[in-house]
Amino acid sequence: MTGDAANPFLRLLFDALLLQGGFNTALVTVGAGLLGLAAGAAGAFIFLRKRSLVSDAVSHATLPGICLAFIVMAYAGGDGRWLPGLLLGSALTAAIGLYLVDWMTHATRLSQDAAIGAVLSVFFGFGIVLLTVIQTLNVGRQAGLDTFLLGSTAGMLRSEATTIAAAAAVSAACVYALRRPMTLVAFDPAFAATTGVNVRRTDLAIMGLALLVTVIGLKIVGLVLIVALLIIPAATARFWTDQVEQLILIAAGAGAAAGYVGAALSAAADKLPTGPIIVLMSFALFAVSLLVSPLRGVLASAARRRRFQRRVHARQGLLAMARGEPIYDPLTLRILKRDGLIRPDGVATLDGRAAASKALRDEARWELLRRSSGENPLAERYDGLTPIEEVMTQDQIAALDAQLTPRLTAGQDEAGSSE
Amino acid sequence: MQAELIAQDGQLQSSAIGVREDQPLSVRGLTVSYGDKPAVFSIDADFRPGEMTAIIGPNGAGKSTFLKGALGVIPRLSGDVRIFGRPVDAARARFAFVPQRASVDWDFPARAIDVVMMGLYHDIGLFRLAGSRHRTQALECLSRVGMADFAHRQIGQLSGGQQQRVFLARALAQNADLYLLDEPFAGVDAATERAIIDVLKDLKSLGRTIACVHHNLTTVTEYFDSALLLNVRKIAEGPVETTFSAGNLQATYGGRLAATHLDDVIRKTG
Repeated sequence: MTGDAANPFLRLLFDALLLQGGFNTALVTVGAGLLGLAAGAAGAFIFLRKRSLVSDAVSHATLPGICLAFIVMAYAGGDGRWLPGLLLGSALTAAIGLYLVDWMTHATRLSQDAAIGAVLSVFFGFGIVLLTVIQTLNVGRQAGLDTFLLGSTAGMLRSEATTIAAAAAVSAACVYALRRPMTLVAFDPAFAATTGVNVRRTDLAIMGLALLVTVIGLKIVGLVLIVALLIIPAATARFWTDQVEQLILIAAGAGAAAGYVGAALSAAADKLPTGPIIVLMSFALFAVSLLVSPLRGVLASAARRRRFQRRVHARQGLLAMARGEPIYDPLTLRILKRDGLIRPDGVATLDGRAAASKALRDEARWELLRRSSGENPLAERYDGLTPIEEVMTQDQIAALDAQLTPRLTAGQDEAGSSE
Repeated sequence: MQAELIAQDGQLQSSAIGVREDQPLSVRGLTVSYGDKPAVFSIDADFRPGEMTAIIGPNGAGKSTFLKGALGVIPRLSGDVRIFGRPVDAARARFAFVPQRASVDWDFPARAIDVVMMGLYHDIGLFRLAGSRHRTQALECLSRVGMADFAHRQIGQLSGGQQQRVFLARALAQNADLYLLDEPFAGVDAATERAIIDVLKDLKSLGRTIACVHHNLTTVTEYFDSALLLNVRKIAEGPVETTFSAGNLQATYGGRLAATHLDDVIRKTG
């Protein structure tokens, strides 16, 4: 912004964001946005079903498929880098990897994380070996095959962008159509089974969507990092909502934004790898949500806890005042002073005395309510803090007080010491 | 010998025909195993219509497994299960299952009403949006378990007892004829236990059939009409008065039920 050196980059970035950066850049940014949308929506269910690592194994299992497809196509005399062929190959080995994880967990006593670890590392290792072998082969165009690892925006074809758009539309439609069975299975598989939902097939559909997103994301984000694009948007969305359908929409939006902006950034700065930049954009949204979400964010939780702590201290301080007990806790003293309930020298003010006796009276009312009416649902709402006026009507309180009066007139000391 | 064979034959035939539409749940030879160790072995059971049945047995006796195996939640090794005379797949609309509360993650992004709506998925269908009719229905089910005020609360913020009531409300939404509950009273407060048993008795008075996996032996005679005593194999089955006896309990629990405890239970029963 200040230096001249930043200007060309910023201009390129804005051009890319506004789709003015040339045809190829526009293709990539729109493609990455759509990919982010599909990944966010499909990833929502992987996140809810707690299968993040399975999808990671699946994406790593694409590598041998890409390499094998290249070898087959190159030796068949065709173009080894023909994208649909490569994607088909990647889907094939990814499906085998998924099946193996599923089979190992069902047929053996191996835990799922062991199965995931085995499949992920073995498939990926095999893929790297094949990648190395391919470099030594005497066929053309093997250079650049390794961009599938981390993704690239360079040289994207219009047909490739169209493929991504179509696949993104398909997976979005699948998520919409299957949202109810998938929600059921993610929340309560046993119940889902009794209502006639096929749990295993639904799980396969969830992972199938992950596989689809992985395959179409190979070109832009790469296979190593696609799991981030599946999981981070859903985790981001979880900070903002308590409902599944909203979670899907927010995750899709966050994924789309990360894909679009990340691809634009990567296009503006030549040397930046696309996949990692998109993942970092996605993480930025996550980090902001983690901090500032009013629902589940860290700051809001800390503030809620602090408010609660202050209410507890204020209440305990008032009760101590009413019973004439000394108060030592500095926080309690500070709160009472701030609220004008005690003077700086620790003596109760008029307001303070009124509030203290009210607190003691409420305590006695609650006590009576809990003792007298065994199963009164109101008594269940006693938390020691809620003012009784918020739970009961004036008439109900008056009725309570009518029972309470003899005890109160008999002397407040008694009510206090019975506590 | 001959007569016995014929009698057995006749029995076999009647159970093979087995289309008893008045029989809520009829289980024959149910075996479920993890690996080569049976969790429940060759169990026959018939829940009687319009009654509340307790499924009783020690920890690891296969009570939950029996229920889940019967309903096809987990695969069974052998056995035939009929619900109102039909295979489970053909009778899904007629029964409601309430899993153990601890079997799900309550931090799931859902409100109480969303969970109850899951009981209406069959009515709503795959693609249609849930209408206000469904919402009203779900709210009504929540108020039957005393949870109407908590409809829009995130389920993770509810107490254990409240969560259990939400589960029961979801089963009510299914409007079934047979209700199967897996430990509905586990870890709930007294008020919730009361609320749940009231709802179940209401259902019974409407002629519905209920079965619960039940742990607390001291409340069996108070709550239930019949009992099914399990310990991998079936020990006994029938009306509480005759089935819930010291001998049967001893056979079910073996040494695991302290003698004093057993006396307590029996005295209460008597």
